[in-house]
Amino acid sequence: MPIKTEPTIINLGPQHPSTHGVFRLRVSFDGEKVINVEPVFGYLHRGTEKLAEERTFTQIVTLTDRLDYESSMTNNLAYVEAVELLANVSVPERAQYLRVLVSELQRIASHLIFTGFFLQELGVFGTLLMYCFRERENVLDLFEMLCGARITVSYMRPGGVTQDAPPEFWKNLDDLLNKLPQLLDDLENLITDNEIVLARTKNIGILSPQKAIDSSVTGPILRASGIEWDIRKANPYEAYDKMDFNIPTGSNGDCFDRYLVRIKEIRESINIIKQCIKSIPKKGPIKNSEVPFFLRPESGEVYSSIESPRGELGFYLVSDGGIAPYRCKIRSPSFINLTVLKPLLIGWKMSDLVVIFGSLAVNMGEVDR
Amino acid sequence: MTQDYIFGFNTLYNFFFEIITNTINSTIVSWILPNFSFNPGWIAYILSALTISFLIFNAALMGAAVYTWFERRIMAKFQGRYGPNRWGPFGLLQPIADGIKSITKEDIIPTGADRVVFTIAPIVMMIPGLLVFAFIPGHINSMLGKINVGIAFVFGVTGMNTIAVIMAGWASRNKYAMFGAMRSAAMLITYEVPMALAIAGVILLSGSMSFNGIIEAQKIPFIVTQPIAFLVYMICATAEMSRAPFDMIEAESELGGGYHTEYSGMKFAILQISEFMAPIVQSALCVVLFLGGFNGPDFIPGILWISLKIVLVLFILLWTRSTWPRLRVDQIMELAWKYLLPLALLNILLIATEMTIFDITQSTSLWIMGIINWATILFILAFLSLFKNFNKKTVQQKY
Amino acid sequence: MTINLSTTTLIDKIAQDLGFTEISNLTDSILIKNKELISIATFLKNTPKFDFQMLVSITAVDYIEYFEIVYHLLSIQHNQRAILKLRCYDRESPSVPSVVTIWPGAELQEREIWDLMGIQFTQHPNMKRILLWEDFKGHPLRKDYLR
Repeated sequence: MPIKTEPTIINLGPQHPSTHGVFRLRVSFDGEKVINVEPVFGYLHRGTEKLAEERTFTQIVTLTDRLDYESSMTNNLAYVEAVELLANVSVPERAQYLRVLVSELQRIASHLIFTGFFLQELGVFGTLLMYCFRERENVLDLFEMLCGARITVSYMRPGGVTQDAPPEFWKNLDDLLNKLPQLLDDLENLITDNEIVLARTKNIGILSPQKAIDSSVTGPILRASGIEWDIRKANPYEAYDKMDFNIPTGSNGDCFDRYLVRIKEIRESINIIKQCIKSIPKKGPIKNSEVPFFLRPESGEVYSSIESPRGELGFYLVSDGGIAPYRCKIRSPSFINLTVLKPLLIGWKMSDLVVIFGSLAVNMGEVDR
Repeated sequence: MTQDYIFGFNTLYNFFFEIITNTINSTIVSWILPNFSFNPGWIAYILSALTISFLIFNAALMGAAVYTWFERRIMAKFQGRYGPNRWGPFGLLQPIADGIKSITKEDIIPTGADRVVFTIAPIVMMIPGLLVFAFIPGHINSMLGKINVGIAFVFGVTGMNTIAVIMAGWASRNKYAMFGAMRSAAMLITYEVPMALAIAGVILLSGSMSFNGIIEAQKIPFIVTQPIAFLVYMICATAEMSRAPFDMIEAESELGGGYHTEYSGMKFAILQISEFMAPIVQSALCVVLFLGGFNGPDFIPGILWISLKIVLVLFILLWTRSTWPRLRVDQIMELAWKYLLPLALLNILLIATEMTIFDITQSTSLWIMGIINWATILFILAFLSLFKNFNKKTVQQKY
Repeated sequence: MTINLSTTTLIDKIAQDLGFTEISNLTDSILIKNKELISIATFLKNTPKFDFQMLVSITAVDYIEYFEIVYHLLSIQHNQRAILKLRCYDRESPSVPSVVTIWPGAELQEREIWDLMGIQFTQHPNMKRILLWEDFKGHPLRKDYLR
């Protein structure tokens, strides 16, 4: 006669070390095995979409900083892209290059956070987290030179960027770019061939390509499943059409691939930044001076998306000719990537649950908006 | 048991122990005895026992306190931080600050918790660690408790740890704590088996179960003659003290603390102290069993030798802790039953066979034994590394 | 570059293969009938020429007279996008068919629309509030205050 056990229901979160903010999972465990998961979120819901309806088109930039607070530059970019498309605003070339440069820096910073916390969740006691955060500090210092803020940057405006880079920015950027490959090599030495990391992440939480597409998964998770889809290549915005870079893909779609794709993306980002530095116009305006303070786009609607560190970040703006959008829908990648969470988790052990959830790299600021 | 009593630290150390065991026994009791009309022989016994306990207790607490400082500083160095450096020279007074903080914090017992068990658990957790300190020799015959089955006793006592963890986890009325307790029940008991078998090889070769005898027998440290046992012992010891990569009992990122989730204030401090005592105890045992205990060239005294060796082992433990991730529950079990247990058995077989072939009183034959065993373990490790990613079969399902 | 599939091609093809003729052309999107949604969605997903495997986003806009539900579709293979629209004139209890069975990625997004805009998706497996709590009165993104 098989032994019958009562399932235990555990509330993982909202206060839990590895739920990336205030996220709650009601998990039914059979022993250590997950048999049912119910994600509960909304603890960080600030009504950004509603607030946006009451702000002018320029003011909304500050709201986007608070969406995915680990990568505010790309949020800014996604929003101003949409506004520029809606209002038919052109962007000076130097501003385009600056935008590409900062969004790749932001991608590096965001992926470094991912790597650090991923290893933290695997059980390394803070070591790699500290290494990654140390390098991220350098990126944030660069942002501080650019616009005076480190996290909530509000750097971009419809029609350009707020400030030009000071001379010492370029020097520090060079230093960082020379240092980063060494750090990545060190990280990979510690992680990629580590037997325990392999045992914990390889073949864990496999997401097949078909399921990934069906569930609207985008970003590094989709690429880890082996699908070569990157909006930077598929629909080049800003100056990306002049950049030469690869799209790293995984083969298996497991947690390890999701980690590896991100590490490779950091290397590609370094590559893109180097090209940016080489080909950025030395002089020129950084902001379209014809953009009025109160932007009044003609009534209409537009959907525009970019590749943020977490996937396709899109803004769907509807204008009625006023100074504020009639409707501002944010297509946040973290939120939609969570669709696969439940089917990915069921059947795995508790330790795997933490790792799989970590490998999805959701950001609660973006999920709850 | 020949020992040259040259004047120096060794002599002082022995003298110190004589004070404790004999002088206190006679002087204090002789002061007490005239004041009583009856002859309380047991009072003398209890008084000396209490004095010795007091000394052990303080030594252990000091050890744990210094170790917390050591761990935090070393981990900080690994992580590119400074670590505690504000309070006292090099932050050495940090443990005192921590202690004051713990004592002054509110002591919370959660609603619905089993109050009695909840309170007893930290005490049960602490006692085994303290007891073991009585048996670690600083020099020949210089331990506080002298028994001839020291190692068996120590293992019996450290096994109590499991009970304490289960008590704490069960009484907390918290599911995370219970998860941690259940995991510890599985893991700690599992790892006792290969650990005891690894030590069987040591007992076999030294022909003694007392720590003195084992250290005496190590003309050549047992790490040379029994590398397999050393490897198995070190892995099991890491698991026994539930340190990374085997820290699934606490599993910060999964269980948020495991069995001590609900503890606060002084109870939590006691749990932490006993947790910090475990590495000292285990590395002291490791030094005694495999690294020749207090043996070493004479230019520094034995008590310093054993301390240095303990610090070295602790450093290695911290090194693994700060760089390696945690294994999963089933992988930890797999490691114990499928890899460590056969290795430990193989070690016993090898030692027993070699003992019948070689004359173990000769140091040349010991060296030959060592070479054979090292060759075996290197061969086994090379063989196992052929099967990298030993988790291939863990594919459960694909979504 | 990602192209937006021309709406005339879409309308012609749907009319030809499925026989739905009452589809309006809104320059960059097509407006379809609620009851035809499931068959059109299945058709768009499974026809190799369109291959709209991914439902990038669903959203709803409150135009006061009606609700508009907007489906952004993406074909990774052909690198093309298309926009479907539905209109829902009922303000008291608006409801449209759910597309979770066709695109599982719609699950959370449809719940979000129910939560914030108050549009019921029939045959959705778990039609509950997602960002707000269950007892919340009303649906915050509606423009009721303008009426």
